[in-house]
Amino acid sequence: MAEISSYTINFGPQHPAAHGVLRLVLEMDGETIRRADPHVGLLHRATEKLAESKPFNQSIGYMDRLDYVSMMCNEHAYVLAIEKLLGVTPPVRAQYIRVMFDEITRILNHLLWLGAHGLDVGAMTVFLYCFTEREELMDVYEAVSGARMHATYYRPGGVYRDLPDRMPQYQPSPHRSDKDLERLNRFRQGSMLDYLEHFCGKFLNSVDEYETLLTDNRIWKQRLVDVGVVSPERALQLGFTGPMLRGSGIEWDLRRKQPYEVYDQLEFDVPVGTNGDCYDRYLVRIEEMRQSVRIIRQCVEWLRNNPGPTMIDDHKIVPPAREEMKDDMESLIHHFKLFTEGYCVPEGEVYAAVEAPKGEFGAYIVSDGANKPYRLKLRAPGFAHMAAMDEMATGHMLADVVTIIGTMDIVFGEVDR
Amino acid sequence: MSKAAEELCQRLTDAFGARVHEPRVERGEVTIELRPQEAFAVMEELRDREGFQFDQLSDIAGVDYAAYGDDEWITQEATGTGFSRGVDGFTAGRLGLTGPYGVHEIHSNTGRRFCVTYQLLSVALNQRLRVKVYPEEDDFPVVDSVVPIWSVANWFEREAFDLFGIMFDGHPDLRRILTDYGFVGHPFRKDFPLIGNMEVRYDEERGRVVYQPVSIEPRVLVPRVIRQDKRYADRFDEEAASDG
Repeated sequence: MAEISSYTINFGPQHPAAHGVLRLVLEMDGETIRRADPHVGLLHRATEKLAESKPFNQSIGYMDRLDYVSMMCNEHAYVLAIEKLLGVTPPVRAQYIRVMFDEITRILNHLLWLGAHGLDVGAMTVFLYCFTEREELMDVYEAVSGARMHATYYRPGGVYRDLPDRMPQYQPSPHRSDKDLERLNRFRQGSMLDYLEHFCGKFLNSVDEYETLLTDNRIWKQRLVDVGVVSPERALQLGFTGPMLRGSGIEWDLRRKQPYEVYDQLEFDVPVGTNGDCYDRYLVRIEEMRQSVRIIRQCVEWLRNNPGPTMIDDHKIVPPAREEMKDDMESLIHHFKLFTEGYCVPEGEVYAAVEAPKGEFGAYIVSDGANKPYRLKLRAPGFAHMAAMDEMATGHMLADVVTIIGTMDIVFGEVDR
Repeated sequence: MSKAAEELCQRLTDAFGARVHEPRVERGEVTIELRPQEAFAVMEELRDREGFQFDQLSDIAGVDYAAYGDDEWITQEATGTGFSRGVDGFTAGRLGLTGPYGVHEIHSNTGRRFCVTYQLLSVALNQRLRVKVYPEEDDFPVVDSVVPIWSVANWFEREAFDLFGIMFDGHPDLRRILTDYGFVGHPFRKDFPLIGNMEVRYDEERGRVVYQPVSIEPRVLVPRVIRQDKRYADRFDEEAASDG
């Protein structure tokens, strides 16, 4: 048999651990990786070009579909950019609602990441645990927007509507016993805020539970510690943001450093790693979930005590209430113009960024004064992280590639756009 | 925020002099323009120099200015029959330009078609800066690659090359990244139709995937409209007055 010194293998595009459609061409030397060349773009939908052909508001839904596990954070960056162009500020209540939902989204995202990462590395149970809690938060999304995932809830000028007074309940069905129904509806008797408060109380215990499964688990540590180490200098060079940057020991969080909405009035800590390996990034994200709960609690408290408008009162940007529209001619015209033509924004360019669960998600809009963006560029954190694949994987074993993809928290909706 | 931006803008002018063009602060964001020949050197200094320390590159965006300011609906003056209603459906930015952008003026302030926009971030000093570089030739736009300055630029430049056809001199591996293998054209240019040129389908007879010209019709749902809105002019005038 001839001796083979190095060979190439194809990882993906259909591979359960590739987190979507990633084709990874790996140049191997035995079990060791010599070079990793990710081929991305299999999910490219030209979101940015589509947005150029539609009025501003009609593209909010596309943002949900970018990073489809942190939907509202994507909307947030886009909506912030439009608001910056228009020069409007949403009411404080809307800002609190947005912050609350950003944090709910962060938990949603980290739960999926934890479940999938665990599954990749071989811990099946965590996945099932995480998805139980994830489902409960999805219900909050649904209660507020009518959709479990693609909410289109943030709008320039505020949020689509105020929080519901009543949490939707499960209905009797032949497939469900009365006992089950009672159990499912036990915490859905009050408002959405009551439900969230209850969730926050028990979720901290759930996080502890996840940790008992993983943090000191020998196999988990063997697979994660000292894998994919990135020094702070390289992390900056490679454009890392979010938990990837913080895992390498750089304390950088847009919520803290360049606060948007009401983050400067809320208390939370920013966890930072020390070694820059997969295990530290795991710990950072676990702690972020606890901090998100802390922020949600503060928002719930504030929102209970401060009723008020959730949209600005400018009907050139925001549609008038249905009721007004029915008996006021001017409101009818506003409504008609907004839904047929949209609104024109002033000429100029802006870049707005938010701390999405994966890192800095930014929207750069060039406007020529039309009712559509002239150019929209989305800065997806996953794109920069994916670009570092070669550097992070080289020298590791084949099995570690899966760990590294997992730790990057890659979602191809945003990498390929 | 605005004060810090003004101050950064001033420092940039002091430090780089004539090499920095049109430094400006808009909506609290600092923008500068650089000549393509000097861009690399200035950006390297921006990373290393005390007081700037832009240690991270957040984003690179290509922009095609070929259809800037074009609209599909006359809104300024009424004709004898009222305002214009029809939309011809062949306006730039939607469905492809009618000629090699012959009917359209290039509206960018330097008169050039393409632009590369860099969003810089200083983690050390917590400041942001936008750098715009206009490649000189419209037919073959070239700028220097900044990969030696920020490693992350590698994929961002590949993306700008893929989508806009902007060349990056000195890039280690300038391949297409987002589009299909064997794709022809640069899809985000304004003369590339939104519906595309080719479509893919599975052919039953031949038992494989085939490429063919697109079979769908282009359509316009909402026309592109530019209105001179007095409200914004007033609002920004007021802000300027209150700032000053």
